Amino acid sequence: MNEQLIPLIVIAPLLTALITPLLAYLSAKLVRAFSILSVLISLIGAISVLLTVIENGPLSYFFGSWPPPIGIEYYIDPLGGTMAVLIAAVSFLVAIYSGPFYKNEKWYREGGCYGLHLLITAGLLGMSVTGDIFNLYVFFEISSLATYGLISTGGPKALVASFKYLILGTIGTSFYLLGVGYLYSITGTLNMLDLAEKLQPLIDSPAIIIAMTLMAVGLTLKMAQFPLHGWLPDAHTYAPPPLSALMSGIVIKVPAYILLRVYFFIIGPANGPIPQILTILGWLAALGIIFGSVMAIAQSELKRMLAYSSVAQISYVVLGLAIGNSLSLIGAILHMINHAVMKSCLFFVAGAYIFKTGEHSIDKLRGIYKKMPLSMGAFVIAALSMIGIPPMAGFFSKWYLVFGAIEANLWPYVVVIILSSLLNLVYFLRVIEIIYLKGIDDSNSDLDIIKPKKGFELPLTLLIPILVLSLGIIVIGLSNEQIVTQVLQFAIPGGGY
Amino acid sequence: MIQQVFASNIIYGLIMLLFILGIYGMLEKKNFLKKILGMNMMQVAVIIFFLTLGQKLGAAVPILIPGVDNVDIYANPLPHTLMLTAIVVSLSILGVALALLMQIQRQYGSIEENEVLRRMNDE
Repeated sequence: MNEQLIPLIVIAPLLTALITPLLAYLSAKLVRAFSILSVLISLIGAISVLLTVIENGPLSYFFGSWPPPIGIEYYIDPLGGTMAVLIAAVSFLVAIYSGPFYKNEKWYREGGCYGLHLLITAGLLGMSVTGDIFNLYVFFEISSLATYGLISTGGPKALVASFKYLILGTIGTSFYLLGVGYLYSITGTLNMLDLAEKLQPLIDSPAIIIAMTLMAVGLTLKMAQFPLHGWLPDAHTYAPPPLSALMSGIVIKVPAYILLRVYFFIIGPANGPIPQILTILGWLAALGIIFGSVMAIAQSELKRMLAYSSVAQISYVVLGLAIGNSLSLIGAILHMINHAVMKSCLFFVAGAYIFKTGEHSIDKLRGIYKKMPLSMGAFVIAALSMIGIPPMAGFFSKWYLVFGAIEANLWPYVVVIILSSLLNLVYFLRVIEIIYLKGIDDSNSDLDIIKPKKGFELPLTLLIPILVLSLGIIVIGLSNEQIVTQVLQFAIPGGGY
Repeated sequence: MIQQVFASNIIYGLIMLLFILGIYGMLEKKNFLKKILGMNMMQVAVIIFFLTLGQKLGAAVPILIPGVDNVDIYANPLPHTLMLTAIVVSLSILGVALALLMQIQRQYGSIEENEVLRRMNDE
């Protein structure tokens, strides 16, 4: 029965995306209800599949009953299942959150925005459940194209940002496709499990070196790893607020997941050119962590600061892959989850701030806590988690990464991780100080008058996702041991079974 | 003879040239339309690369001839089917890119990168 749920995870948002323009013509509320419902179906499907997979081992679904390697296979193991749950959960909250931002659009634009949101979700979910590397490319392009389209709805500046992302993103996916071509040319198969088997005798062939290098370039470009991060700050800053949260939360995580899948599951971390490539990626990641954090300190715009912080944080994941032992891999996967939750929460609050005041700069946050106490509380929780204060989630992934690095005797990485926590402290405490401490003695401030007289500080559709995520940070932090022992240790290569 | 050389080695060099020319165009040209043309060149290079993988000298079209079960005499149809998908993808990217370009032209009155960035920063 659960095999049948696997395609449903992808098909529910995909089909709904196709009918959104029609629904939007009938009623705007209907679009919203259907969008949220379809992502909820995906979420429930993903959770139940993940639970089955953890208990009984990986599940496969053959499209049209053609067995692999001839047909396309959907293959879920605990890693893919975890990613699917993460994607569906963040996308579900973003779908709820996006209501007030798309409301003032014309009906066809509103339908289009929800449709693109669902296409992004369907593409990312497809990438996490597919077992075929060419099928993965198609889903990659579906989600990328929908992202380009949705960014461009953010206003005049977003058009240029979106165009830039389109050009660079297409280079990234073309590199990936070329890598797929090399793998296909030496094995004649596209199925991941089949590839893993057929590549073992060919592991030292030069074609693998080329294919892996091409994939590394393409995927690091799409995940905005340090030297190839140029598209990210503009795209994150000018995108509509719900999309910023979605992009930073999951769109840049999924290429990292593919890197993990290809390098550790298909080729194997000790084989062929992988150790050398991972070493290079590791040093680039270490540079990226420092660079992103320093750039974040220099920004005066809230969303741009968070965007540069994303450049730094995605490097943690790559760093975890580069260290490559089981502790650091758990750290990397846990950091994908934690960062998706924390950064989405921060972008949600940044979006709510723009929604409420129309301002973008950090300086204008002065004393904002009087206007938006709950959401600024959530901001503080997420910021503390980004810095890595123990009960919050962010601490534990860094903990695993640091211990992985110590175990592998890579002390420079340990220094980088700890130094970057310090840098995180610098830029987040600056914001927190402006929110809470500046402007208190501003006697001519009119902030007291604006205190909400009745109702909530924000529309509930904005407030609830923010609070859910900030609670999620604490819950994930407190239950990190259960997550690691019951889910993630099965997700790393060679773990569990 | 020439056929054999092209099929074995030179074609890959040409594909690489096309690919790198495409990337050069995307990164170096300041006109947005030229960037799109470079993008298309790069995608075509990848498509030709895949098609080359499916080529065999003297092979028959991949339609089963009754009584001939030996797969060696048929060309490989899979790269072509894959590339049909890739062509559709590149077409849709081209469509989105041109739509964005139209909006940029409407908004800023230019599709030269320097000009657009200058007007963007003036606002």
